[in-house]
Amino acid sequence: MRNPGGRGTIRWIFLPPTMVSTAASMHTAYDSKIEGNVIVTRVDAAINWMRKNSLWPMPMGLACCAIELMATASSRFDISRFGMEVMRFSPRQSDVLIVSGTVTYKMALAVKRIWDQMPEPKWCIAMGACASSGGMYRSYAVLQGIDRLIPVDVYISGCPPRPEALIEGLMKLQRKIEGEQSTVDQKKEFFEQVS
Amino acid sequence: MSAADDIRTLRETFADKVIASTEFRSEHTLTVALDALHDVLRECRDTLGYAMLLDISSVDHFGDDPRFEVVHELAAIDDSKHLRIKTAVAEDDEPPSAADLWPAADWHEREVWDMMGIRFAGHPDLRRILMWEGYPHFPLRKDFPLAGRPTEMPDVAFTGVAPLEGGPFVTSSGGEDPVRREPRARVVE
Repeated sequence: MRNPGGRGTIRWIFLPPTMVSTAASMHTAYDSKIEGNVIVTRVDAAINWMRKNSLWPMPMGLACCAIELMATASSRFDISRFGMEVMRFSPRQSDVLIVSGTVTYKMALAVKRIWDQMPEPKWCIAMGACASSGGMYRSYAVLQGIDRLIPVDVYISGCPPRPEALIEGLMKLQRKIEGEQSTVDQKKEFFEQVS
Repeated sequence: MSAADDIRTLRETFADKVIASTEFRSEHTLTVALDALHDVLRECRDTLGYAMLLDISSVDHFGDDPRFEVVHELAAIDDSKHLRIKTAVAEDDEPPSAADLWPAADWHEREVWDMMGIRFAGHPDLRRILMWEGYPHFPLRKDFPLAGRPTEMPDVAFTGVAPLEGGPFVTSSGGEDPVRREPRARVVE
């Protein structure tokens, strides 16, 4: 392990389960037996890698976009390839809110409430024209874009978008998550509080 | 008995309370006075066999007096005949509820109240059905802009104004003819 306990850098080691007790008993001494089974990385990179490959969607199916959302989850398009097949109908266990469909004013605060119930970290996808901008419903009853109420990470065009477009949007979100620096930011905040 | 026969029977029974009746492409429409509406509906259900209420709708003749028109669509249960009953309703009038004759009238009347603002006298539970309780407008009235009006009820609901600039559905009330009221209608010269 290079640079153990170095200032300003955090190292992350993955060990196969059989190696864990061995490594613990040997402290941090070099061991040729575990060489090759160790991956060195940054905490942020490891966290982001785990987060982006297990995005659990909260399906907010409000109109015809939800049909395409269901198709995306089904076998032909199969978002379980990305670790996203676990549609949680409980916001407490979800990572990404997929708003698919027309958000009426009567529904708007319910969507907001579900968003508030989701634990951090969380992301939001506005799927289709209606969720992004109100779409063709320029009317007294329809919220003109869900971004007037909650922050949106990815907008997907289409009316409704095809499943490929939703998958592309989810992959865009994955790339966005890859670039996040949650622990670096937390550390920065922590040092600011201490000083 | 066909719907045409029923209209004849109703004309005999209610005499001058029946204001007009028309037939257009075998659709029968009867216009009755407001104070006779409930009796006409009861007669239709009990003796003429219109066991089913299909729909209650309303029309806003903005600028006319009386302003509104309430339309009941009746049908026999075997679908052998249909009858449409229209009633003119002024802005202060409260037409009688038909919920005691057909339970189906309950939600139809709530919708008419919600969208057009016509109160039904004797309705068991006249709340809004689509918009929320406390919404101050009646969106299907002609003087309500399609884009909406901003409202705010903290923690309950809010609405904003939708952008309609250059869109095809911009209408204005009070114009002389439909072409002027609704620019989307194309003038055929």
